[in-house]
Amino acid sequence: MQEWSAAEAEAGPDVVASDRDAPVIATRALTKRYRGGQLAVDGLDLTVPAGSVFGFLGPNGSGKTTTIRMLMGLIEPTSGTARVLGRPMPRSSRAVLPHIGALIEGPALYGFLSGRDNLLRYDAADPTADPSTRRTRVGAALDRVGLTTAAGKKAKAYSLGMKQRLGLAAALLQPRRLLVLDEPTNGLDPQGMREIRSLVRELASDGTTVFLSSHLLDEIEQVCTHAAVMAQGRLITQGAVADLAAGARGRLVVTTPDVSDAARVLKEQGVADVVVAEDRVTCEPPDRELADVNAALVTANVRVRGFGVERASLEDAFVALTGEGFDVAG
Amino acid sequence: MSPVETAVTAQPPVVQKPNPLWTFGLLRSELVTTFRRWRTLALLAVLAAVPVLIGIAVKSQTNGGPGGGGHGADGGPAFITQVTNNGLFLVFTALAATLPFFLPMAIGVIAGDAIAGEANSGTLRYLLVAPAGRTRLLFAKYTATMAFCLVATLVVAISALAVGALLFPLGDLTTISGTRISFADGLGRALLIALVVAASLVGVAALGLFVSTLTNSGIAAMATTVGLVITVQILDQIPQLHALQPYFFSHYWLSFADLMRDPVYWDDLIHNLGLQALYAAVFGSAAWARFTAKDITA
Ligand SMILES: Nc1ncnc2c1ncn2[C@@H]1O[C@H](COP(=O)(O)OP(=O)(O)OP(=O)(O)O)[C@@H](O)[C@H]1O
Ligand SMILES: [Mg+2]
Repeated sequence: MQEWSAAEAEAGPDVVASDRDAPVIATRALTKRYRGGQLAVDGLDLTVPAGSVFGFLGPNGSGKTTTIRMLMGLIEPTSGTARVLGRPMPRSSRAVLPHIGALIEGPALYGFLSGRDNLLRYDAADPTADPSTRRTRVGAALDRVGLTTAAGKKAKAYSLGMKQRLGLAAALLQPRRLLVLDEPTNGLDPQGMREIRSLVRELASDGTTVFLSSHLLDEIEQVCTHAAVMAQGRLITQGAVADLAAGARGRLVVTTPDVSDAARVLKEQGVADVVVAEDRVTCEPPDRELADVNAALVTANVRVRGFGVERASLEDAFVALTGEGFDVAG
Repeated sequence: MSPVETAVTAQPPVVQKPNPLWTFGLLRSELVTTFRRWRTLALLAVLAAVPVLIGIAVKSQTNGGPGGGGHGADGGPAFITQVTNNGLFLVFTALAATLPFFLPMAIGVIAGDAIAGEANSGTLRYLLVAPAGRTRLLFAKYTATMAFCLVATLVVAISALAVGALLFPLGDLTTISGTRISFADGLGRALLIALVVAASLVGVAALGLFVSTLTNSGIAAMATTVGLVITVQILDQIPQLHALQPYFFSHYWLSFADLMRDPVYWDDLIHNLGLQALYAAVFGSAAWARFTAKDITA
């Protein structure tokens, strides 16, 4: 806190720090306890590198939305600090937020206004938005999410996916440096999901940092360069997606009609966690040479159809980190 | 590249220096949005209908038998007896009839919904990340509510004037003090009265806005505000509360009738306007203090 104040005085109040290499989001021991006493975020140290597509993962109720609310200055942290685009939040909301497009907990619209009028209203709320270009920018944003033909329809007549698209359009009204998307593909059809993915890639290639919370792990795996995993308000891990997936070990998979023999031989070979399923036996890959394991199977007259290590998906990593349990932590 | 160099070369994309005037875009949007709401239009329609009903009632009574006309509302000015002689009195009658309940109720609905309604629909969080700025948004909301006070009062006045002109004769009129003034003078006073009535609602508007910052339910905020309006007027009738009554926002409301005296009797009018300013200051600050510190989770 102290050392930052000095830097800020130098930068002047109107300049949002534009150092490309500095993290776009940096939190330190960020904590939020709601008034009801619920500890929703607990000592979060999050670093989102500039230019990354950052996946923010976690089971229901793990504190993702709460974190985003603090980053956007909607709620005050109980303790700790959050810096967005190099400036402290929520104190610098006015300077920082015009550079950020956000979709938080689904879209919210004025049902009695048309899609276009909704965007005009949100744009008018931004004092840094030029009214002379407002209509063109709204038109461009509508076009970008594929809503041009439905723009004149009242928002209450929109389907869930159309609302989601309109919410996304609101985040794209101006060129942004950071896009914060809380479950952006919620309610979208497969076509819509693909469009969002390509949109995210396109924005990222323009240099926009995208901060994306989602439950859809393959989605994160497909678009994200970095990810963080939350559970019960705590950060479990963060880093490059490739590193995270690598962190979870793959499984050795043996495909064979003789599953019981294969399982016995594998256990004799000293491998751990042998699981038998239909015509497959899986286990933790042993540290020794895999060819020797295969040779041992063949020597024991196990008919091997397939033998190899399956790479761990992010889903495996996620489950390994947050636990298999389905129940939401209170 | 050193960080310093980067900072110099890699400026944020274009973002032209914002013009200070752009800040009024929100206010304009707020006014447009408020008056496009079906609810707002329905309230204005109800208010416009009140003078029509009064006009027709008075007309049919006088048709039934001469000497009719009835009495003014309890404690209220007895303008209604004059309506048959001069349609302009329908303006005063209609304002006197709507000021105790219909007008403050309409204001309570609009003010109560101002913040709570946006929180309810979730649009508040998007306005705030736009970023509207909490103080700026509250200011826009209060201004739009006051604009509604003015429009609502003018709707009653204009509707009453139209109905009065249609059903009754117009012409010179007699003031409460018994002096005669010209029709033009009377029209001027009617406008002044409408403005004073609108200003009388400023306190309720501030109160409603404050209530609106306390909850995330638009309906609850509206109901609370309207409930307060009714409660205060009931308390204003209880003699034991004599000492408190000068501080009730509705206490001097009917003082607008003093504008129809010749010469005008200013004391209560000034009390009223001062009291409204006090309410606006107190509840405006309370709303600001509450809203700028509030966690927006809806
Ligand atoms: N307004 C609130 N008041 C009190 N507690 C809250 C509030 N909002 C959220 N919580 C609690 O804080 C915790 C984290 O909630 P949060 O909404 O941040 O989770 P999330 O990770 O976004 O979940 P999901 O994936 O379901 O969206 C939960 O235990 C929740 O019950
Ligand atoms: Mg959430």
